[in-house]
Amino acid sequence: MRQEGASRRGAWLAWLVQALLVLAVVAGAVWVVNHALDVLRARGVRSGFDFLTEPAGFSISEGWLDFDASQPSWRAFLAGLINTVRAAVPAAIFAVVLGTLIGIGRLAPHVLLRGICTAYVELLRNVPLLVQLLMLAFAMANLLPDPTEPVHLLPGVWLSKGGLSVPWPVAGEGGWWPTHFEWPERGDFGVSGGAALSPEYVTIVAGLSLYSAAFVAEIVRAGILSVSQGQVLAGQALGLSSVQQLRIVILPQALRVIVPSLTNQLLSLTKNSSLAVAVGYPELVSVANTTIGSNGRAFECIAIIMAVYLLLSLVISFGMNRYNARVALRGWR
Amino acid sequence: MRNVAQGPIAWRSELWGSPLRALATVLLLGVLAWAGFHAFEWGVVHAVFRPDADACRAVQHGACWGVVAEKWRPMLFGRFPYEEQWRPAIAVVVLSAVTVLSAWPRSWRWWLVPLWLVALLLFVGLMHGGVAGLSVVPTSRWGGLPLTIGLAVVGLALAFPLALLLAMGRRSEWPVVRTLSASYIELVRGVPLISVLFMASFLLPLLWPAGWQPDVLVRVLMGLTLFVAAYLAEIIRGGLQAVPRGQTEVAMALGFGRWPVQRDIVLPQALRLVVPALTNSVVGTLKDTSLVTVVGLFELTGALGLALGGDPVWRPFYLEGYLFVAAVYWLLCFGLSRYSVWLERRLGTSSA
Repeated sequence: MRQEGASRRGAWLAWLVQALLVLAVVAGAVWVVNHALDVLRARGVRSGFDFLTEPAGFSISEGWLDFDASQPSWRAFLAGLINTVRAAVPAAIFAVVLGTLIGIGRLAPHVLLRGICTAYVELLRNVPLLVQLLMLAFAMANLLPDPTEPVHLLPGVWLSKGGLSVPWPVAGEGGWWPTHFEWPERGDFGVSGGAALSPEYVTIVAGLSLYSAAFVAEIVRAGILSVSQGQVLAGQALGLSSVQQLRIVILPQALRVIVPSLTNQLLSLTKNSSLAVAVGYPELVSVANTTIGSNGRAFECIAIIMAVYLLLSLVISFGMNRYNARVALRGWR
Repeated sequence: MRNVAQGPIAWRSELWGSPLRALATVLLLGVLAWAGFHAFEWGVVHAVFRPDADACRAVQHGACWGVVAEKWRPMLFGRFPYEEQWRPAIAVVVLSAVTVLSAWPRSWRWWLVPLWLVALLLFVGLMHGGVAGLSVVPTSRWGGLPLTIGLAVVGLALAFPLALLLAMGRRSEWPVVRTLSASYIELVRGVPLISVLFMASFLLPLLWPAGWQPDVLVRVLMGLTLFVAAYLAEIIRGGLQAVPRGQTEVAMALGFGRWPVQRDIVLPQALRLVVPALTNSVVGTLKDTSLVTVVGLFELTGALGLALGGDPVWRPFYLEGYLFVAAVYWLLCFGLSRYSVWLERRLGTSSA
């Protein structure tokens, strides 16, 4: 009896404390917002999201969405978001491909290959991404030849201070579906045709993918090591070649360990793309930063950044979780 | 794939065991020799080591390490007054010494807490001055390595208690506490650090009463702490989940109260389990401090720009400067990750 009474009192107390906690959080939030609004009014700064429909007052140099200074701010944010995706998606693809190769290489039965892959991972993951990006940006701007004397890397790929030119699919006359590749050609004043990628874009994509590949490699290595040795022996007994063992037996099972960690890595790659602000690529954070500089709406702009990144994170988590459900063992989530 | 052979004899068969392997060995040796030769020529043979700008400009295909010889003090100490730079130097040594001492499991005793307090007081006293006859150096002139290490250490130290609360809150029986903790953690982990730092530098000043503005260093430290706490909280939660429920039940049956169970039984085991993961987080935080340069603090990365950006004589040799800064970061982070591996073995918490 007494025990029951005490636990009922305990339950009441718990609810009381929680109600007070909710009250305190709400009151705190209301006070913070009101106080900030007061301070803003005192300083003569307007607040609200109405600036989104007013002209942005700055232009964005590159991206898939053409944007100039007379267009409304919301289009600037949209262009920034598209630029974020335009950098993060190719970087993610390169990082996964390179990281998988290096991860497999770290377990290769060849001491030199293993050593090179280990050195890559240890070198790149122990230096801050920002330092690597600034170093790449400096190299792009100062160590490469002028646009009039580009380096011919591969057939159709030219690199110079002006950026990277690569073949790009283009639509034929009157259609929108790409029909053939346009190859960049070298002229007297530099390279024309194909897709011209700016030095800032090359910096952020290369930096992000090289850095993330080191982490992906570790994830892939751990995944491969998690597959039991018996599976490999069984594969050998069936007469599979070592490439077949890897492709048919090991990697599909390793994916179960790899995919959840890879999701984390893709999320952090997307968030790391915000470092592009430091090398001058106009992605979302850079656009928001410029907007804060011109109208002082720090609150609103940072709210937009946070909301968009949360949305991006949710989209990536959702997609990767769907994929995870496909590779997971049946009956497991 | 799995049992990677060890030792020189195994190496010989790996290198020359079959024609295909021999071919791979020759190709890889060729690439390594080519790259090594060029790196050696650039970095050593044709390099200039003296702080001599004319010699640096004269050399065509060589590194100019002279830029490090000339600028190492502004690179390492930022804008700290030149004659007073012994102070940040000692401050870094003090903080590093306490960190190294704490890295040794045998010294995990209660006296570490007061020792850390003393070390932090010494650090702030040496950097800021105003005590024991030292001149006052405002935080706007702090920079370089002391700022990098100070931000990481103090940020982690402040974030840890908060993370402990959040992790326990997320496992609380009370739905409100659970929801609040989980929302905080997921919200913070969903946004980039750079937006948190922007918030700290643009938004926090709006919240303070007029007349008293906290220093930008303090604001950035707050942002960093709030950010790191969310990540640490998830690591600690992992440890808490790994302690068997039976432990709690046995302790309760023995008459332990709710808090003593957590404090004396669950937490020590949970924290021991996640020490390696925490070390990885320390490496991450140390690297993340480089982002504060975006909001105008001149830690190691920012100090390089400060040292070379305004100097037309040395500006062409940025690459060598970056390599120096990268080497400093690399030594710190690689050391920490080796330590993490060692600790994992010693604590027997290795996951492999």
